[in-house]
Amino acid sequence: MNDRPSVRIGNGCGFYGDQLDAPRDLVRSGNLDYLTLEYLAELTLSILARRREKDPSHGYAHDFLYVVESLVPDLSKPNAPKIITNAGGMNPPSCARAVADILCAAGLADRRIAVVTGDDIMSHVDSWLDDGEPLEHLDSGRPLTDVRERLVSANAYLGAAPIVEALRRGTDIVITGRVADASLTVAPARFVFGWSDEDTEQLAQATVAGHLIECGAQATGGYSTSWESLQLTDVGYPIAVLDANGELRITKPAGTGGAVTVRTITEQLLYEVGDPSAYLTPDLILDVTGVRLEQVEPDLVAVRGATTRGIPARYKVSAAYRAGYQTSGQLVVYGEDCLRKADAIAGMVLERVRRAGFELERFHVEKLGTGDAVPRSSDQAAVPDALREVVLRIAVADSDRRAVERFSREWAPLVTSGPAGIGGYTQARQPVRPVYAFWPATVAKSRVDPLVRIDVRPATQWACAGKHDSGSTDSSP
Amino acid sequence: MKLVQLATARSGDKGNHANIVVVARWASAFAWLQDHLTCQRVAEFFGGLQPTRVERFVLPNVQAFNFVLYDVLDGGGSLSLRSDTQGKLLGTAILDLPCDGAPLETLSS
Repeated sequence: MNDRPSVRIGNGCGFYGDQLDAPRDLVRSGNLDYLTLEYLAELTLSILARRREKDPSHGYAHDFLYVVESLVPDLSKPNAPKIITNAGGMNPPSCARAVADILCAAGLADRRIAVVTGDDIMSHVDSWLDDGEPLEHLDSGRPLTDVRERLVSANAYLGAAPIVEALRRGTDIVITGRVADASLTVAPARFVFGWSDEDTEQLAQATVAGHLIECGAQATGGYSTSWESLQLTDVGYPIAVLDANGELRITKPAGTGGAVTVRTITEQLLYEVGDPSAYLTPDLILDVTGVRLEQVEPDLVAVRGATTRGIPARYKVSAAYRAGYQTSGQLVVYGEDCLRKADAIAGMVLERVRRAGFELERFHVEKLGTGDAVPRSSDQAAVPDALREVVLRIAVADSDRRAVERFSREWAPLVTSGPAGIGGYTQARQPVRPVYAFWPATVAKSRVDPLVRIDVRPATQWACAGKHDSGSTDSSP
Repeated sequence: MKLVQLATARSGDKGNHANIVVVARWASAFAWLQDHLTCQRVAEFFGGLQPTRVERFVLPNVQAFNFVLYDVLDGGGSLSLRSDTQGKLLGTAILDLPCDGAPLETLSS
C-alpha cells in the first residue's frame, strides 16, 4: 500500500446535529478512500452518558444510523470508502450492534466493524486520584476532587494509534468513543502510508488536515464572513488529499456550493486554537505558525509547512460534572415603548419569583435587537431611535431545581398579567434542564493506554452479540 | 473605516475563553493592522465582556491574527446564560471595530 500516490479523506459531519445527508452526498461525489464523521463536542459525552444511564443500550450518536442507512447502496459497491467515526460516544459496542443490524438487513453481513474503547476512564478516576493523578482543571488548577461527587463522565481523548491498528486488522467501519477529531484523519493516512513516529513532518501535515476538515463545511465556506458570494444551500463538504510525503491539498466535490480558498482555509486553520505554535492533539503538538497556503486552482488549496513540537506524554481529558439547573424564556415585546416595557417585564418576573421565596443564584437579561448578544463597551448608540420591537430573553440558573422551575412557571402568566404588546411564546412553560459543566484536564498516557481495546468482527457477529449481549469476545489491546 | 473593510473573521470557544481569528484582506491591510489592531484595542472594544486578559498571536504567512480573550464567556459552554454561549458572534462583532486612520492603500492590494 506504500506506493499509493495519495489518499482522499472526506469529512461529512462536523458535530452531532450536522446536515444528515452530507455524508451520502460527499461519498457519491467525492471519490473518497475514507469517510470520517465527527460527532463529539466538549459536552456531548456528558449528554450521552445520561442517556446511557436511562437506557444501557443507548449513549451513542443515533444520527450515525441514519447515515449508515443512507449509505447502504454505496457500501454495496466495490471500492466503497471505509468509514471512521467517533459516533460510538459513551457506548461504541451498542452503536456497532445497531450498525450491524442495518448491514445484515441490507445483505452486507460480511462487512467488518471495529470498535475502539478505553477512552471512558470514569471507573478509574478514584484510584488515580488516590494514586497521585489529580486530574486538575486545565485553567483553574483545582483538583478534580472538588467536583468528584458530582462527576457524570470522564473521557480521555485517544489518538490515531488504535484506529490504525483496527485498519491493519482489516475493517470497513471503525467506531470509537472519544478519539480526538483530527486523529480520525491522521489514522487512515498513517495506515495507508505506513508512517512511523519519526515521520514527524508527514504526521504534522496529516494532523493539520484533520484539524481543517473536522468541522465539515466550515472549511468550505460555511460560517464565512463572505457568505453572500457563496452558494451555501448545497455547500460541499471538505476533502483532504494527502501524499506519502505529507503533501496536502484541501478540496471539495465539483458542482457543490461553497468554496475552498486561501481565506476559508485560513479562517479554519485557527478556529478554536489558542497558541498556534502549540495545539495539543493526542498524536503530536501541532505548530501551524509556519503554514503556507496556495490556491492551486479553484476550490483546491495546497497546505504546506505544518510542524510539530513533539509527542505529548499526556492525553487531554474531557470530564463533566453536575452544576445545577437552567432555563431561559424568550418573548417578543412590541411598540414604541418596547425597551422600557422589556425592562419592566424582566423586573416583574424576577420579583414574582422572589416573592415566591426563591432568590435565583444567577440570571441574565438580554434585549435582543439592541446589541445585548455581544456586550461591548459603548453600544447604546447602536440602538435605533425608532425601535418598534425587541426580543426579551431571560436565562436563569440555580442549584435548586425548584427555583428554576418557579421562574419557568412565571413566564406564561405574563400574557394576561403583563403589559400589552407581548407575544411569541413558543412554550407555555420553559423546560428546566440539568447543567453539566466541562472539566478539562490531562492524564498520563501510560495510565490510559493499557485500557484501550480494539474489537474487529464481521457484522453478523456484532448483530449476534447484540441479541445475546455476550460482550466482547476476541478483543485485545 | 471599519475592520470589515480590511479583514474577515471567525470566532469560537475554548472553555470559558474565546478565540477570534482576524484574516487581513490584503498585505497592506495586514501591515497596518499589525500596528493598530493591538490587544489593548481589542480588550477595550469588548469591554462589556470584561476579559481578564487578551493575547495576540501573529501569523504573517497567512496574514492573520489569533486573539484569545480570557474569561469572557460567562462560564462557557453549558454554564453561560448568554444567548451566545460559545462566543460565536465575536468574530462578526469585531469587524465593527473602527479603523479610522487606516490609509487608503489598505483598501486594496
